[in-house]
Amino acid sequence: MLLRTLALCLAFALPAQGEEVVAELSQTNVSITTNFTGSEILIFGAVKRTAPIPDDSDLHVIITVAGPSEPVTIRRKSRVAGIWVNTAAADIDAAPSFYAVASTGPLEDVLTQTDDLRHKISATRLIRAIDTGDAASELDSFTAALLRIRAEDGLFQQLEGDVRLTDDTLFSAEVSLPANLTEGDYATRVFLTREGQVIDSFDTVIDVRKVGLERFLYNLAHDKPLVYGLMSLAIAIAAGWGAAAFFRYVRG
Amino acid sequence: MQIYLPIAEVSVNAFLLLGLGGIVGVLSGMFGVGGGFLMTPLLFFIGIPPAVAVATEANQIVASSFSGVLAHLRRRTVDLRMGTVLLAGGLVGAGLGVTVFNYLKSLGQVDLLVKLCYVVFLGVIGSLMFVESLRALRRARAPGGAAPKRRQRNWVHSLPFKMKFRTSGLYISVIPPLIVGLIVGVLAAIMGVGGGFIMVPAMIYILGMPTKVVVGTSLFQIIFVTAFTTLLHATTNFTVDMVLAVLLLVGGVIGAQIGTVIGTRLKAEQLRILLAIMVLAVCGKLALDLLIEPTELYSLGEGGH
Repeated sequence: MLLRTLALCLAFALPAQGEEVVAELSQTNVSITTNFTGSEILIFGAVKRTAPIPDDSDLHVIITVAGPSEPVTIRRKSRVAGIWVNTAAADIDAAPSFYAVASTGPLEDVLTQTDDLRHKISATRLIRAIDTGDAASELDSFTAALLRIRAEDGLFQQLEGDVRLTDDTLFSAEVSLPANLTEGDYATRVFLTREGQVIDSFDTVIDVRKVGLERFLYNLAHDKPLVYGLMSLAIAIAAGWGAAAFFRYVRG
Repeated sequence: MQIYLPIAEVSVNAFLLLGLGGIVGVLSGMFGVGGGFLMTPLLFFIGIPPAVAVATEANQIVASSFSGVLAHLRRRTVDLRMGTVLLAGGLVGAGLGVTVFNYLKSLGQVDLLVKLCYVVFLGVIGSLMFVESLRALRRARAPGGAAPKRRQRNWVHSLPFKMKFRTSGLYISVIPPLIVGLIVGVLAAIMGVGGGFIMVPAMIYILGMPTKVVVGTSLFQIIFVTAFTTLLHATTNFTVDMVLAVLLLVGGVIGAQIGTVIGTRLKAEQLRILLAIMVLAVCGKLALDLLIEPTELYSLGEGGH
């Protein structure tokens, strides 16, 4: 197994076509402020070459953005004695809180199964690759449900055909980060593929952080929970008293 | 206007939260219920994570109950002595309730048990109150109908450790109010609410307190129980969202004042029948959720059960 992996790595390390990817992001810092409503990130770049453009195959670009991973439990309901009850559950060790895959074409056309497995590009691979591995037959329906629910919240985006590629050289794509974002490092990857095989890749990180009041309250709640709790109570009592006093004043 | 909540980590409309707080505040002032049994499901519905919703709701109830109880104190419709006895039982009950809750959590299925608790208690209490107040309304309308004699001598009056509750005009044993407080405390902790909707009927029908005093006294007890719950959540789960709480309580405290005024203008029977209808409506909605096939059979939770 070790030998085979080594062989694969060596094979992969060879620059088969002499094409390299250079990419840049419109912003690498996202600040979550009180009026944060989401953020649009433009990912753009070019293909650097030392030889003329090969015309025997099509060049494709895949861009992925993944939020911090966290464990998830997926539960399924079924009818028991007339009422709907959670009867089955699957645990996933780590699934990204946000995942977007943008590509120049349908993923199955621009990427082979083996390279998908190797680089963990499609969402199902990404989740499957890191699960506990039990109840394998049932797991597919659970991961499908996870992706379906996340997609509804805008936390999983499959943007096939959304990467624009000009003259096999310049590319760009937009990924919109929704408002219900978790803080953390958002790993961003750009892959160049030919005949479904990854020929080069580029990694960077988008830093998503709370700032200002958001940062202050979050830190206080976690570092000094008693102070935070008492402060919440003080605000509640002050507001209750204030409203009572105000209404008494209004009524004379 | 969208606003990002620092602990809940979601972005929601600020005016929606103010409005929700206001409506629940009006109900709180009118009936002396904290409104948690309405607000907590509403917060789930707009996408607040359940743990944050339950904890923050406790904080908001502190504000609206405090605002409401001030109005009642001024009118001398708070039985402080009875409130203190209920509170003593309530704090012990809340402690027990949290233990039971954590035990159920370790077994899984805690959501279902909470929902079943809601359906059973709201259903039983709602129907009892509805039937009783309908009867009272009919009696009041009948020509020459005498005022209903609700306070009769029962087992409550034959227990030892009697105490005088002047504001309520009662001379009864402290054991029944302690037990009522205890049971309400347990249920409140399990169901994540103040427990007013259980306590108000218990005070009327078991302790035989006058309806006017019941509302203020219930609010008085709720302040302390929910303050205790808020601190517990803030220090153990870090799930109290101050921004969410402030938005809810600004609407809530104003609503509570309006509700108190409306409450004083309505007859006790009318007040009770309205509360009964509301309790039954929430019960019906929760029961339907359990009976009808959900559109999404799967749900996501935090990892590691």
